[in-house]
Amino acid sequence: MHELSIAHSIIEVAKNHLVGFPNCEVRSIRLKIGALSCVHRDALHFSFDLIAADTPLQGAQLIIDDLPVVVFCPSCDALRELPGIQRFVCPVCDTRTGDIRQGKELEIDSIEVVDQEDSHQRPSALEVGPEKNQCQRVSRHSKPSSI
Amino acid sequence: MIEPRILEVRTKILKKNDELARAMREEFQRLGVLVVNFVSSPGTGKTALLQETMRRLVEAKISVAAVVGDLETDNDAKRLAQSGAPVRQIMTHGMCHLEADMVQQHIADWNVGELEFLFIENVGNLVCPSSWDLGESIRVALLSVTEGEDKPLKYPNLFNTSDIAVITKMDLADVCEFDRQTALDNLFAVRPGIHVIETSAKKGTGITEWIDYLQQMRARLISE
Repeated sequence: MHELSIAHSIIEVAKNHLVGFPNCEVRSIRLKIGALSCVHRDALHFSFDLIAADTPLQGAQLIIDDLPVVVFCPSCDALRELPGIQRFVCPVCDTRTGDIRQGKELEIDSIEVVDQEDSHQRPSALEVGPEKNQCQRVSRHSKPSSI
Repeated sequence: MIEPRILEVRTKILKKNDELARAMREEFQRLGVLVVNFVSSPGTGKTALLQETMRRLVEAKISVAAVVGDLETDNDAKRLAQSGAPVRQIMTHGMCHLEADMVQQHIADWNVGELEFLFIENVGNLVCPSSWDLGESIRVALLSVTEGEDKPLKYPNLFNTSDIAVITKMDLADVCEFDRQTALDNLFAVRPGIHVIETSAKKGTGITEWIDYLQQMRARLISE
């Protein structure tokens, strides 16, 4: 049940990234989880909900992007996606290879937030204060993983 | 209208542990200490292999120490302390793996620079310890002949993240009808080219080869 420790770390990392955005509500956290990282989805969701209670991340959704293992095959001189994690052989030419290029990820990719002002009634233009506490838009969509 | 924004984070979840482990590894390397992390399921014989390893190294006047992770009890630490080397127990009280800061705290008052080898016996578990870097130079995965040849296929990540596999309890291989070739095939399937040593801590089989491997790895570490 190491998912409890992982959930704890997710919350720590996310909180550090949200320090400059006190008035934001966190909608979701997008993770990239490699096939070799040994994380059980259900256990992670369960642990996260448990630990996120009473933190600014309470109610946030975990969105998990599963990444398959990608190896470099020296015979084909190409990157190859493996169908599983039990046979590290090139699916095209059957050459054994342990040169892993993807699949060990355990990362927070992005956090989706909304300004709390937005989620309630927006104040009139005259009442709008400085925008320093509003969430900066970095990008609208997270980029797809490139192999 | 509510408009969600995406904050890019792109940060490793275990960043804090990874950064501490990296700093510890650099310090161990600077001090010339080879740190070896032992991982396996419970009952594979981590303590038995370590007991024999430490006994022989202490006999050869080589400076060693060990930290041992267990959910409860300090039984393993007591067994290892028989070698005369410093040993410290990390009781995790239910936690299924060790993390870098736990190791750091438990060796804080040791003069690590005097050591040639520091052994870390992880909690017996084939899943959880693989994600946590402890600052080790070598991760050794143990597989006993009593467990079944397909353990590497069932728990590929543990074997995949290890530098060497040690097959233990070879003295029981015949009784268990251990299929050596299948076990090796499975190890190579999940970790192509992994170095494998076959041992029996009880009979002393393969221990010299294992200790030679450790000495070579330390020689490589201090020459870097």
